[in-house]
Parts: sequence; structure tokens; C-alpha cells
Amino acid sequence: VIGMSVLTEGARRAAPRWLIRHETLLAVILIVALAILGLCNDRFLTIDNLLNQGRLMTEVGIIALPMTFIIITGGIDLSVGSVVGLCAIMLGYSWKNFGFPLPLAIVFSLSVGAAAGFVNGLLITRVRVPPLIMTIATLALYRGLAEGISQAHSVRNYPEWFFFVGQGEWLGVPTQLWFLLAGIIAAGIALDRTTFGRTLYAIGNNETAARFSGLPVDRVKLLIYTLSGLAAGVSAWVLVSRVTTTRSDMGIGYELDVIAAVVLGGTSIFGGAGTIWGSVVGLVMIQLLKNGLALTGVKGDATIIVIGVVLIASTLIASSLQRRR
Amino acid sequence: VSATIIAPARAGEGGFLRAFASQEGLLAFAIIAVAILVGLDNARFLAARNLSDIVLGNAYIAVAAVGMSMVIVSGNIDISVGALIGVLATISGSLAVAGAPLALVWAAPLIVGVLVMMLQGAVIAYLKIPAIVVTLGMLSILKGGLISVTGGRWITDLPESFHLADIELFGILPMPVVIMVAATILAAFWMRYSARGRAIYATGGNAEAARLVGVSPQRTVVMVFALHGFFAGIAALLFATQLKVIQSTVPPNLELTVITAAVVGGVSILGGVGTVVGSTLAAVLIAEIASALVFINVSPYWIHAVQGVLILATVVADILRRRRRRAGG
Repeated sequence: VIGMSVLTEGARRAAPRWLIRHETLLAVILIVALAILGLCNDRFLTIDNLLNQGRLMTEVGIIALPMTFIIITGGIDLSVGSVVGLCAIMLGYSWKNFGFPLPLAIVFSLSVGAAAGFVNGLLITRVRVPPLIMTIATLALYRGLAEGISQAHSVRNYPEWFFFVGQGEWLGVPTQLWFLLAGIIAAGIALDRTTFGRTLYAIGNNETAARFSGLPVDRVKLLIYTLSGLAAGVSAWVLVSRVTTTRSDMGIGYELDVIAAVVLGGTSIFGGAGTIWGSVVGLVMIQLLKNGLALTGVKGDATIIVIGVVLIASTLIASSLQRRR
Repeated sequence: VSATIIAPARAGEGGFLRAFASQEGLLAFAIIAVAILVGLDNARFLAARNLSDIVLGNAYIAVAAVGMSMVIVSGNIDISVGALIGVLATISGSLAVAGAPLALVWAAPLIVGVLVMMLQGAVIAYLKIPAIVVTLGMLSILKGGLISVTGGRWITDLPESFHLADIELFGILPMPVVIMVAATILAAFWMRYSARGRAIYATGGNAEAARLVGVSPQRTVVMVFALHGFFAGIAALLFATQLKVIQSTVPPNLELTVITAAVVGGVSILGGVGTVVGSTLAAVLIAEIASALVFINVSPYWIHAVQGVLILATVVADILRRRRRRAGG
């Protein structure tokens, strides 16, 4: 009976009316922004530019999906950027120095990503290290491993076929966008239509209650942190394929873009509420903001100021809306 | 519960063994052990010049870690401090080159540091936004702002009088060490014996209990961040004046080193526990290890991995120790 009430409570809070409004509002703002940017610059609203922006946002977007799960449970993963760096290095290093065939190197790099996330999850669930400090520690550790293993040497000269994922097209759409699309559909269904998704909301609303209701809290948490590491691995693969080289400083600062997209999309930083749909809208908004600013002549470094402001402002607005309710 | 939190930690109890088993004792032991072990392998590590370089070059990290310790004890975190130090160093250096009076050149980073951190503290305390979100946002605002304004150029031709870090008090005591030791001792006594200092522990230990005994958690958090900004200002001055030039960019990964020093120094990430003596010793230990890597022919590229392992080991040990204590009684 208690379990039932937690789940229905979770289900009710998962889609409160302000959140639906939040996302609708966001979508409206997005359309208005698109229209204004399109009017200001005739290079903006072209299919080519939009598809290219889709290509550029995939690396952050793939990580934003499991990050949505994690933030819904009230956790956070700051190590994602460092996992991207570590996986990129493991891909190039195992291919060049271990002599792995490239497909095996890709699989190896993805397993390193999953293992990196698994270690985060293991210490968070077994030792009960708070996610914030655990992932700050591995932010340093994984970046340090990437730097130590590579000794700051880059890896180049990948074969031509390897660039298909990052630079190629399938049915006229950039290859990696299909990855992202598949991820979005899978994550959306998992969050909205399965007991796994319900469990995430239950943990975020009241972890103790979820535990007493017999929900597999630790197993689910272990899974989402592992997924986060795996997603960072996929992101590294796409990134290396797009820029044709491997460096240990890859992915620095990704945590900012990913968390900003998720929070802007209406996922509560306090846990318990959020949707994949919202994160996708947040992601698109941030990418278009970057692109729009770049087209109007703002330099790349200045756009991170805007993203920082967006992160703080959207958290402020969301929490004040929540309080008023 | 609140009464025991507010009482000075471990006051009066003592004995050599207890002091040795404390985090500070362990760190002091580790500093000496690393020096001996590395010295056996390569005696040049123990040269007076090298040892003094380790302390002089990293005193600013210890000073910043004093403020970071207070922030973490109060139950918060700040990842914007590295970017802030970069901004403050640039402000100070630019003023010095522009020929501003020395008092202004030295006061400006302190004032701006306090204002920026107070703003963050107020947003965290009164608008109830998690510290990680506010400081992550501020990190990118400061970083992007600094690069767009300065373009990352080098500030050169700094006037001779600007170099605070080169001053030697009474002809022998180098300023960075004097400031590091003074900041640590003053902050340690203040946190341990003053009512406001104890309020930081109370807020981090149990904010609701703190409120019930008449401590305002909100005001305490704003005060803590203001002090943190002050220490960041001093750290920026030491950082800016130790070389003849300043690069007007954000020093990479500085916030991680400062957080590592605070956490490894024994400041519990669960809030409510920790001392700044530990964080200063930890800052010295981290700098010593970074220098030792070179002397034992290990690539310095491993230093961030070492930092990560140090944080993890300290945090896990802290949690397991607490769990055993709770289970034991």
C-alpha cells in the first residue's frame, strides 16, 4: 500500500501543471527565438545550418539523456567531461599503442566509459559518498588518467571509414544525429513508460520512502551512473570522429553545457521532476543560442557567459515557480 | 546535538597519541615521510632552495583553501574560486600597470573578491539555489568574461613595488609564508573560539538546530562566502605578484587543487567538521607531491590523477570512520 502511494505520488509530481507549462513556455520561446534569429540573419534558418547545428550538439546531447535521469534522482555527475577525455584517449591509445584493431578500440573505449561511470555509482551507492563530491574527485582523477596515459601526446591518422560517424551522412542527415535520435526515443520511453522511470521519480521525491517501498534504489542508481559513463564514451567516439584527432583535454567544460541544458529543460535540480522532452528542448535552445550569437559576431568565449547566466536564471525561475505552487 | 556541535571540537582532551591520529597529525607525518622517501631516492629534492620554492610557490593555494574550508564546513561548495582568482589577479595587475596608487592596487582584488562571493552567498542562502549550480554558472561567467575582455594577453612591465610576494619581512621572512601562516592561525582560532566561527560549524552540522539556538544559517552562509572572497583576494595577490608577468586567463584546474587541499585537510564534505590547519598542511603536501614526481622521474602529467585519488581516499576514510563510530556507540 505504501509502495503504491509513493508511486502514484511520484507519477502525479512527475507531470505537474507548471512543468507542462514550463516546457510549453520553453517551446514558445524557442520558436520566437528561431524566428528572430532567422529574420536577423538569412544564413541561420537554412536546412544546412540547422543540420550542422544538430551535428555539433550531439556530443553534449547524448550525455544530457542519462544526466536527466541522474538529476531527477537528486544526484549530479560532474565527471562527464573528464570521462569524455579519458575515453577519447583510450580509443586512440589502445589503437595506436596496444595495436587493437579500430573497431575493438572503440568497444574498449566504450567499456572504459561504462566502467568509469560504474565506479562513480559503486562508491555513491555502497560507501554513500555524496554524488557531488564523488564526481568532483573523479573529475580530477579521470582527467588525470587521460593526461597521465597520453602524456599530452595526440593521436591522429585515423582511417577514412572512421570519420563516417562524426562527418558522414545517412539519408541526408548527419550520422551522429541518428545516434542522438535513437537515444532520445529510448530514454524518453524508459523514463515515461517503465517502472525504471517511475523508480527514478520515486527516488528523487523521497529516497527513504522509495527504499522502504522495496524499490531497487541502489541498483537503479548504479545503472544510471554507469549509463552516464557509457554515454560519455559514445560522445567521445563521435567527437574524435568529427575532429579527426584525440587529445587529453577533450570534453573540458562539458558538464556546464550538459547540466545547463537539463536544468533549462525544466528538470528540478532538487530532484523528483523532469522529462527527456524538456532536456531536448533545453539542448536545442542552448545550441541555437550559441549559433545565433556566433552568427551575430559574438566570439566563442563570450557565449559561455550566456550559458552561465542561463543556468543560474533558469534554476531561479524554476524554483520560484515551484515555491509559488 | 546542537550543544555538542557548538562546543569546540576536542577541546581539552588530548595526549600525544590523539594528536598524532588526527588528520593534522597524519598530514604532518605524510609531509615528512614523503620528504624522507623522495630524499633517499634523490637528495637534490631536499635542497633548501627546492623546499622553499614548494612552499613559496603554493602559499596562495593554502590561503584560498582556508576560505574553501569555511565554505565546505558550512555545508556548501564553490567551484568558481579558480576563475575568480584569475579575474582578481588580472584586475590588480592591470591597475598596477595603469599606475594606480599601491593601496588601491592591493585593495581592489580584496574588495571585488568579497563582493562577488557575497553575491553568490546571498543567492545560495536566500534564494535557496544549490551552491553547485550558482558557482558553476559563475565559473563560466567569470571565465568567459575574462577572456572576452582581455583576450588572454600577458600583463607585463609590472612596477617593482607591486610585487607583494617578493617582500621579506625583517629581511628574512618571505611574505607568502607570513601571510599563509597568519591567515591559517587567525582563521583557526576564530573558527574554534568565536561565536560566529562556531556558527559555521553549527550551520553545516544541522542548519535547523542552528536556527533553533539562535544562529541565522542564511547570514552565516553569506558571511562565510564574504570571507572566502577575502581570502581569494589575498590568494590572487600572492598569485599575481610571484612572477614578473601575469597571464590574464583563468589558471586551469586551480579550483580542483583548492578543493583537494580543503577536503584532504580533513574538512568533512558532509559539513560541520574540519580545521584550516589541516587544509594548509594538505596544500603543502599536494605541492610537495607535485614537485616530488619530477624528482623521482614520474611525469608531472599524473598530478591530477594523484589529486583525485587523494580526495577519494580521504572522503571514503571519513565516511567509514563515521560509520564505525556510529555503530560503536
